[in-house]
Amino acid sequence: MTEIKVNKEAPRQVVRILVDNQPNVLARISSLFGRRNFNISTITASETHVPGLTRITVVTSENDEHVLHQIISQTEKLEVVREIYLLDMKNSVYRELLLVKIRTNAEQRTALHEIVDIYRGKIIDLSQNSMIIELTGSPEKLDGFMGMVAEYDIIEVCRTGITGIERGLSE
Amino acid sequence: MKMTGSQVIMEILLEQGVDTVFGYPGGAALNIYDTLYSYQNRIRHVLTAHEQGAAHAADGYARATGKTGVVFATSGPGATNLVTGIATAFMDSIPMVAITSNVANSLIGRDAFQEVYITGITMPITKHNFFVNRVEDLAHAMREAFRIAQTGRKGPVLVDVTKDVTAAMVAFEPCPTPSSNVALPKAEREEVEKAAAYLNQAKRPVIYCGGGVAASDAVQELHRLMEKGDIPVTYTMMAAGIIGYQEERALGMIGMHGSVAANKAVDQADLVLALGTRFSDRVALNMEKFAKDAVKIQVDIDESEINKNVIVELSILSDVKYFLEQLLPLVEDQKRSGWLEQIAQWKAQSVMVQCPQAKMHPREIIESVCDMTDKETIYVTDVGQHQMWAAQFIKHRNTKAFLTSGGLGTMGFGYGAAIGAQVGCPDKRVIHFTGDASFHMNLNEGCTAVSEGLPIITVIMNNHVLGMVYQWQSSFYERRYCATTPNRKTDFVKVAEGFGVKGFRAETPQAFRDAFAQALKETGPVWIECIIDQEEKVLPMIPNGGTVEDIILN
Repeated sequence: MTEIKVNKEAPRQVVRILVDNQPNVLARISSLFGRRNFNISTITASETHVPGLTRITVVTSENDEHVLHQIISQTEKLEVVREIYLLDMKNSVYRELLLVKIRTNAEQRTALHEIVDIYRGKIIDLSQNSMIIELTGSPEKLDGFMGMVAEYDIIEVCRTGITGIERGLSE
Repeated sequence: MKMTGSQVIMEILLEQGVDTVFGYPGGAALNIYDTLYSYQNRIRHVLTAHEQGAAHAADGYARATGKTGVVFATSGPGATNLVTGIATAFMDSIPMVAITSNVANSLIGRDAFQEVYITGITMPITKHNFFVNRVEDLAHAMREAFRIAQTGRKGPVLVDVTKDVTAAMVAFEPCPTPSSNVALPKAEREEVEKAAAYLNQAKRPVIYCGGGVAASDAVQELHRLMEKGDIPVTYTMMAAGIIGYQEERALGMIGMHGSVAANKAVDQADLVLALGTRFSDRVALNMEKFAKDAVKIQVDIDESEINKNVIVELSILSDVKYFLEQLLPLVEDQKRSGWLEQIAQWKAQSVMVQCPQAKMHPREIIESVCDMTDKETIYVTDVGQHQMWAAQFIKHRNTKAFLTSGGLGTMGFGYGAAIGAQVGCPDKRVIHFTGDASFHMNLNEGCTAVSEGLPIITVIMNNHVLGMVYQWQSSFYERRYCATTPNRKTDFVKVAEGFGVKGFRAETPQAFRDAFAQALKETGPVWIECIIDQEEKVLPMIPNGGTVEDIILN
């Protein structure tokens, strides 16, 4: 039996899934979550260094241990799933990438530059009347940054969703 | 050895021991059917009237024989017509492989004639599915399909093959032994000891069995446990036949239309041992109050079933047979006379009410059938009131002998499933119980039974209403009968004759027995229409969300 240890204080749970890189694989995962009414806050998928294997990271707002047990054990039954576990948030690093386009004039540009510096972000594109800012960090940091720039004229926001990895070497 | 994709399909069917398939041809499936022509002496193809019938037939074949059922269909509507049948098999964990054809590779994704994305459609109702558009992948996909369908908790798998693949040439390597099954999960020693300790201390234990007990072939072990510990046994509809109806410790079926004794026993039990079952909403009608005083132990092969519906005190991930084998030596011989006496009293009270004005009751029909058929008979049902009466009144003796759509509750399941069962078990008698509403859905398969010369006896309980919904409208909706009294004038005897089926009508128990005696002598299919009263109810009944306290007895 899979033991699920849930930190109920955590604002989110991160499920890491290693799957066969096949057509439809993302659809299989999202179809299962949809059918069983499991919440998905964000989902990312990318190839790994091992050919044929893809890493899918699902962030969910579910924090009931029985629901999380259902998520893990139902997903595990899919033929494409090689490995699935709940990320131990205390022992992991996890990041999200934010891109935001803001309408600016000369005056606002300086003020925004300061905020971006404090958050260790980057201005990656600049035009007469707009800029694109790139920021990486925890979702809280990104939320904090978005709060700081809320008063500006935001044109577009893209966030990648979380990806994460456990510290050290296990086993 | 070089061969076409269609030949690869046939060769792998033979490799897997398949000698019977059910299906319906079509444009995209032409190559497959052309190849089948050359394999006719080794693979029997049963053509149905509709692909849904073929899917239910493959399912019924699997339920009756324990082998994997195989169904063929063409692209588009052929494939979508399988969907209800696949979902039915999925809900009841029945091993099935569906092979659908799709349009040519160059047409995929272009909304070609009879193109449908069947792998997308069946994703949530199969254990897995394959889309094969390269002939090199075909053999692997086919072998995997059988492995997955038969391994662990069984279920349906679909293989969708493009028309190009069915014609393309490929080198084929025979694989004489089918790929070996993955080891089943086994209970830990510690868990078995814990379960035994609970069981030995229990004063009022009940064993609650689901379909998993039969699927794991653990019937003998179950009986030994029941006898050694003197423990009463109840079962879900999927496990009917797991214990003989006449056994002293048999409580009958549990749940919404289960027996008073079974529901009371579980309600008052101090220990419930749940084997291969999922505490469905038709059993644990109130998930919080189900077996409220009992320590609940759940043993299942599928981890995702554990704690899904009802939270248990001890959960054990294991094949049921293995668990029982390990448990038996640790179980103390004891007599639980007090508890068994209490149960005997409940069993004596379990009166089933019948409609006083009726000339013939459903119970009399079912009991007559059981009295006039042998112990090896396979009973198949559709869905509705007749299904519940069949579950309640059939004299269940064996597993694989009561074929019914439990999880999905598919009206129209019965005739196809009966055809599959009769094809798979030619030496056994197959009886199909149905209602007039269920039968209207798929009675077209009468033509299949005639073509194949299958002596299936269909007993139609005709109350002229959509009985189960009518009953709910009567009990819970102030008799506002909306869309349940269709005023149909179908003459089933004439319809039977139109198909080339022998038809009878009976309005009294004696007339029924006479007709049934005639039917037993026929070599082809027979329908017997039995006129019953529309006010006959399925009782007892525990309403949704209720407990045994809320049981309706009349």
